[in-house]
Amino acid sequence: MGNVARIGERVRRTEDRRFLTGAGRYVDDLQLARCTYAYFLRSPHAHARIRSIDTSKAAAAPGVVAVFTGKDVADAKVGGLICGWVVKDKHGEPHKAPGHPAIALDTVRYVGDTVAMVIADTAAQARDAAEQIEVDYEVLPAVIDPAAAVAASAVQVHADVPGNLSYDWELGDKAAVDAAFARAAHITKLDLVNNRLVPNAMEPRAAAAEYDRGTGTYTLYTTSQNPHVTRLVLSAFVLGIPEHKLRVVAPDVGGGFGSKIFIYADETLVLWAAGKTGRAIKWTAERSESFMTDAHGRDHVTHAELALDKDGKFLALKVDTIANMGAYLSTFATAVPTYLYGTLLAGQYTTPAIHCNVRAVFTHTAPVDAYRGAGRPEATYLLETIVSKAAREMNIDPAELRKRNFIAAGAFPYQTPVALTYDSGNYTPILDQAMKLADYAGASERKAAAKAKGKLRGIGISSYIEACGLAPSAVVGSLGAGVGQWESAQLRFNPTGNLQILTGSHSHGQSHETTFAQIVSDKLGIPLDQIEVVHGDTAQVPFGMGSYGSRSLAVGGSAIMKAADKIIAKGKKIAAHLMEAAEADIVFENGAFKVTGTDKNVPLGQAVFSAYVPHNYPLDKLEPGMDENAFYDPSNFTYPSGTQICEVEVDPDTGGVEIVNFVAVDDFGNVVNPMIVEGQVHGGIAQGVGQALLEYTVYDKESGQLLSGSYMDYTMPRADNLPSFNLGYQVTPCPHNPLGVKGCGEAGAIAAPAAVMNAVRDALAQVGAQDRIEMPATPQRVWQAIHAH
Amino acid sequence: MTMSVSMTVNGKTVSGNVEARTLLVQFLREHLGLTGTHVGCDTSQCGACVVHVDGISVKSCTLLAVQAEGAKVTTIEGLAKSAEELHPMQEAFRENHGLQCGFCTPGMVMSAIDLVKRHNYQLDEETVRHGLEGNLCRCTGYHNIVKSIIAGAAAMKAAGV
Amino acid sequence: MYDFAYHKPKSMADALAALKKAADGKLLAGGMTLIPTLKQRLAQPSDVIDLAAIGELRGIKVDGNGVTVGAMTKHAEVAASADVAKAIPALAKLAANIGDGQVRNRGTIGGSLANSDPAADYPAAVLGLGATITTNERTIAADDFFKGLFETALKEGEIITSVTFPKPAKAAYMKFPNPASRYAMVGVFVAQTSSGPRVAVTGAGPCAFRVKAMEDALAKNWSADAVAGIKVPANGLNGDIHGSPEYRAHLVTVMAKRAVAAAG
Repeated sequence: MGNVARIGERVRRTEDRRFLTGAGRYVDDLQLARCTYAYFLRSPHAHARIRSIDTSKAAAAPGVVAVFTGKDVADAKVGGLICGWVVKDKHGEPHKAPGHPAIALDTVRYVGDTVAMVIADTAAQARDAAEQIEVDYEVLPAVIDPAAAVAASAVQVHADVPGNLSYDWELGDKAAVDAAFARAAHITKLDLVNNRLVPNAMEPRAAAAEYDRGTGTYTLYTTSQNPHVTRLVLSAFVLGIPEHKLRVVAPDVGGGFGSKIFIYADETLVLWAAGKTGRAIKWTAERSESFMTDAHGRDHVTHAELALDKDGKFLALKVDTIANMGAYLSTFATAVPTYLYGTLLAGQYTTPAIHCNVRAVFTHTAPVDAYRGAGRPEATYLLETIVSKAAREMNIDPAELRKRNFIAAGAFPYQTPVALTYDSGNYTPILDQAMKLADYAGASERKAAAKAKGKLRGIGISSYIEACGLAPSAVVGSLGAGVGQWESAQLRFNPTGNLQILTGSHSHGQSHETTFAQIVSDKLGIPLDQIEVVHGDTAQVPFGMGSYGSRSLAVGGSAIMKAADKIIAKGKKIAAHLMEAAEADIVFENGAFKVTGTDKNVPLGQAVFSAYVPHNYPLDKLEPGMDENAFYDPSNFTYPSGTQICEVEVDPDTGGVEIVNFVAVDDFGNVVNPMIVEGQVHGGIAQGVGQALLEYTVYDKESGQLLSGSYMDYTMPRADNLPSFNLGYQVTPCPHNPLGVKGCGEAGAIAAPAAVMNAVRDALAQVGAQDRIEMPATPQRVWQAIHAH
Repeated sequence: MTMSVSMTVNGKTVSGNVEARTLLVQFLREHLGLTGTHVGCDTSQCGACVVHVDGISVKSCTLLAVQAEGAKVTTIEGLAKSAEELHPMQEAFRENHGLQCGFCTPGMVMSAIDLVKRHNYQLDEETVRHGLEGNLCRCTGYHNIVKSIIAGAAAMKAAGV
Repeated sequence: MYDFAYHKPKSMADALAALKKAADGKLLAGGMTLIPTLKQRLAQPSDVIDLAAIGELRGIKVDGNGVTVGAMTKHAEVAASADVAKAIPALAKLAANIGDGQVRNRGTIGGSLANSDPAADYPAAVLGLGATITTNERTIAADDFFKGLFETALKEGEIITSVTFPKPAKAAYMKFPNPASRYAMVGVFVAQTSSGPRVAVTGAGPCAFRVKAMEDALAKNWSADAVAGIKVPANGLNGDIHGSPEYRAHLVTVMAKRAVAAAG
């Protein structure tokens, strides 16, 4: 038998062997019996009326099983796709959510909108046949730019949404903000674009479905971060398949970053058509389809102003944002630029008055929803940019300005003016450690040395706060969420003493199979190799809300801890019986129940065996078996915090930006597996650097064509775009969950854009170009900023 | 046009009838059930599909199955000596947390092994980062992949593979 | 991809015969452009004729006059050739930075030139060194080869067999890659040749082109400073989301400067 793993150890991952030997099982790897293949015909136009569709040639093409159009789906009473979070606008009215049919009925509203579905014996035949479909489009003018969409003369995306406005929302005390601005010694103003991103999990989305005529049961295999939520939505709102007759399985999933939270038309149609045709159906997106149809991220245009007193104390912040929703509301789209954005605008600071206004608008582009960080990167980029800008304008060192405004270590729990109560934190030591690791003191010397060789160096700071570990159900419910945000766990022992952890969290790279096993191994003293983590299958796991918002360990892990407590409690009763001792005298230590003050003990395995073979067992008082369920609903978010410092060197001749050093110091509370946490930070930073320097999503402003629709045009971060990262930790344990942990999955992506861009702006300030650059700071844009006059 | 094709895959002679348009990756995944080789893009850039053909790394999404007629193909499934003993490069990825979701991993490992051999087991960070130009990862930020490959190069040398 | 008939001739004669017989035949060299094009269904050839089995199209020969590279020689082979590295180090270095490692393992010089992608690297070397392209029918001077966007002097039924690069006194290639595709946004090859300096640009225009003003300046004074003030007109250059014609025009000067400095 292997070893017991301890919390805090760099345990190597148990899932690695299968991934490293090609034995992972992703959706596209599954072989269903007599499987057919789906191909979706996509709209080539951003906005067009469908005058007619003729599918007769396609239906007669070789191998074709069925062809479906929007009319077929409507006739079958398939419900539209839903948005599961209803945001109320500043007048208390619910957001406007236009109908979102799985296949467009008479109008297409973005390039990639689904027009028809072809099912054939092979994937190539389905695509061959789709080319035979004749669609007569009346091409209409499109609106692409979110700022243009709110103009009075703008083209309307939906007839029933006047002004393209889903909602006009606000948070905070406007009067207090106005009063503070009136007495400010200095006001810093900022106009900022938060660029649209394409998530680009390396595994494209996929779905495979089959219908069992004998039992009337549907099974959907899908690339999902939350299979139970997918089942719930498809059952209750879209397809009407009873929840107990639908099994949703998310097997190995190759990354998600938010994009696989949502319920898309594609898996909906694959599942529906499997029932309709009686055949198993598989669909896997091609990457160019992913670019067009995965929910994108970010896409804000913002004006903000920060009021400061003469000493640089922040008095108030006001923010006016236009958030692009795309053509339809995706599953959780509305929450992202509101409750995951406006509530974060206090950052790490004591700013007493904050007001935020957000207009969510429709455009003829792909729907926008949560992408790693979701709202929090947008808030952090805005706040950390305006803070560094204020520092430059007031000639105060940006680190010093931050420290003057940090919430003090003794001030927790801290109520911000934007609804959140921070539970814990200690920000100054984090910044100090980051400055030391980055040799912040030596930055000006390095800047001078670079200048001597014709390069522009700059250093940038980003101090972030995150609210994650979604979330107290009552809180999110009061804000419009359609679901609870607890998590479930089941610890199921087998008679031979090994154990399955069934979790409602889903791992698509986050290493739950190791981390969750590690906490149970530590808690129950069971060797790691005796523990199996089961996730991603509604037929196995009781229920689950899935993985997003850096919630798996803080919420799912807490549920596991609760279930483990129940195991221990039951084991104590069994052990007391076996040792003929009082239950109150039993303690659980190192995997065994002991009678205090004696050397008598019953190992957990023996208690488990007794529970399953209850020959000598208190059956009059206790049920047999060792299988405990727990649900955990957190009392608050967790609030990880940290500071990143980035140093860049700009080549003024080409505009190229090289990252020469990148430091991240984080407070994630207690850390279960530092190796895994570091991996999460690395990946997050890379995505943040990608946003800052590389990833440029461009729709043609007139035609609405996606100009960055493949890796030929969309710049993915590659190994040579990035340095090795220099990480550090501070620990203030989370006071309200049993592990004392805070989420770590999104921090890197939340903080990095501002760190990089503050460095770029610091570099460009040497030539007066600091206010002429937006993300992504591509070589061309940097060069243009330097040479614009 | 349907053609017969035969090649050696992971040491075994295999054959099949395929359309001329069948890509090597489709032949491996769909005809042979070797689903460890992945497809992550349609423009020959992500590298999730990298396999070795006659000992060198190629993108199996950009090669017709019929082009590999008679070739010796090694996929991720063919690297480990046994279920217990991983290839030193696979072991280095495990040891250094060089993978998260696992989707890009087979291509990364196959590219890494070719890179090590091409540079005669001598790799520094810059060489590795440049050498990974044809492999995309969205999870790791490459930090631990680079570490894994440098460690894997030394382990391959020590093991004489 | 649409289906097609596949042929793998063992000789040039068989290849030419297959090409002639095909309604719409396409030659397959390394396939690094053709296969992605077919996958996107941007072409629908009736026949694909794979040149991989024709031994005479492969190999590198180096003599006192220069380097001859067989059309089916892979970029990785040129990059790894000690003989090339000794005779024309700039050529080996260029080959070592085409695409990515897996592209270099399959892509060929003949395929690259016949395709004449505006952002390919080899055209810069061919034009910059004044190479000679040999086909089954004739030899074509580099200056006569590149005709426009994906357009060359090759006639129907004509197949490149080799390329001969004369050995320059010195040469260097500098590329500024497109951040996304990593193809050359601008690549400049400079060489001091027996007939004087040559400056060839790829990535910036519809096809590779020479910059006479820079060549004249270098003839008078071989130094980075000599080209620093020379700008190519932006008019007619390529533009996309990563680089406007103006930016590309600027990069031509920067890369030329750096190439001259690197050539020594």
